Amino acid sequence: MPARSYVRKVPSSGAVLWGASGPALARLDIELTERCNNDCLHCSVNLPAGNASARTREWPAERWTGLLDDAAGLGCLVVRFTGGEPLLRDDFEPIYLHARKLGLRVMLFTNGTLMTPRLARLLRDVPPLEAVEVSVYGMTKETCETVTRAPGSFAAMRRGLGLLGEYGVPFIVKGAVLPPTRRELDEFEAWAAALPGQAGAPSWAALFDLRSRPDARRSALIAALRIDGEGYVRLARRRGEEVVDEWRDFCGRSGGARGDRLFTCLPSAASAAVDAYGRLQYCLGLRHPDTVYDLAAGSLREAMTDFLPRLREKRSADPAYAERCGRCFLKGLCQQCPAKSWAEHGTLDTPVEYFCGIAHAQAVAAGLLDRGEKAWTVPDGSARAKRRIGS
Amino acid sequence: MMEKIDLSRVYGPSDDVVVREIEGEIVIVPLTSGIGDLEDELFTLNETARDIWSRVDGSRPLAAVVRELAAEYDAPEGLIRDDVVGLLQELFDRRMIVEKG
Repeated sequence: MPARSYVRKVPSSGAVLWGASGPALARLDIELTERCNNDCLHCSVNLPAGNASARTREWPAERWTGLLDDAAGLGCLVVRFTGGEPLLRDDFEPIYLHARKLGLRVMLFTNGTLMTPRLARLLRDVPPLEAVEVSVYGMTKETCETVTRAPGSFAAMRRGLGLLGEYGVPFIVKGAVLPPTRRELDEFEAWAAALPGQAGAPSWAALFDLRSRPDARRSALIAALRIDGEGYVRLARRRGEEVVDEWRDFCGRSGGARGDRLFTCLPSAASAAVDAYGRLQYCLGLRHPDTVYDLAAGSLREAMTDFLPRLREKRSADPAYAERCGRCFLKGLCQQCPAKSWAEHGTLDTPVEYFCGIAHAQAVAAGLLDRGEKAWTVPDGSARAKRRIGS
Repeated sequence: MMEKIDLSRVYGPSDDVVVREIEGEIVIVPLTSGIGDLEDELFTLNETARDIWSRVDGSRPLAAVVRELAAEYDAPEGLIRDDVVGLLQELFDRRMIVEKG
């Protein structure tokens, strides 16, 4: 090997490749299907696997491969295949291979139950370059299937994980803190850490969104599963008191209040999501009709260079938003966003009490607020947070 | 024993990688397993390497590539040869190019 190196490794984010303006598209999330063979209590995308109407309307493989061509042409580096359960699609393999042959890294979100030796071999030989993310909703058949409501899903998921391990495909298991799984959290973390093939720390979700496709009955079910603010703080503290320090520091560094701006999440600046029927969205959760772009009637380039930039400039006209979210210094902690507002209220800018409560509980734990104090009433909130960085 | 680059042979991009051009950069993305040290990394080429890479297309022996570059840059062939062999050896060792034909 010569002393001089001609080949430079760059981080997989590819961030160094672009100038200040950044790429038109860095990451594309694709919901290959709205259908799932599980029916998880907390999930917001799970039509029955055999739903013929959804299946008929789903984009066929050639539409997806064409879209992937366009995405690569815009400089996209990463595509995420999710669902529903993406492996329900008979044509997953050619779509996956097409993405990889374009030089895209692939994130695959799956429940693992439909993994086959053939697919595991493919993921070994043509690796996605990202760990496969597998949902694991219980340490026993009883717990898991109470969540998934799909008989046989526990054994099928374990079989799928076994195949990934056997073929040396890196994966990460993800749990969910739900009434049936809460008592298993220690066991889940210990089991995951010891799994051959586990490529990183296991994660778990504890804050669940309501249905982004309106469904009052399912949304009510999800709401009943939710943990409250103090419960969330207790859960987060399992990872050490430094988590609370991070909240305080993050809050101090996240700038001032959002004013009337609606879209403040940074990671979405060069990303987009497409649902199973070819409708492009700001993110997978935001399905408000004013924020959706029909790719069948336009182009990915136009969506990324015209539609989404204009959407990002959208401002709130709701006085309640201006009074509360607009003046709140907990912007960095709070999950308030147009997608959450859409799922909870059918609007883009209604304050979401649930996430507001979670952020306030975090702020109290971090010493940024007194109990009962409302963040938007603190006149010098950002200064207060800055003063307490590192304390 | 590591195979050495031979100027009389023809080389070209391997089917084990995908080569993309993004913002004027050549970006090499692993396609099959075992390319590079970490599979979640991408690779780019420095300026010298970019000029060489565009000519390593499986159509002519490496010696011809050296002569072309020496003529284009009005530089001594020995100097150019060092860069071409240095780059090709690095790419070959990483399985990013293969011998063709």
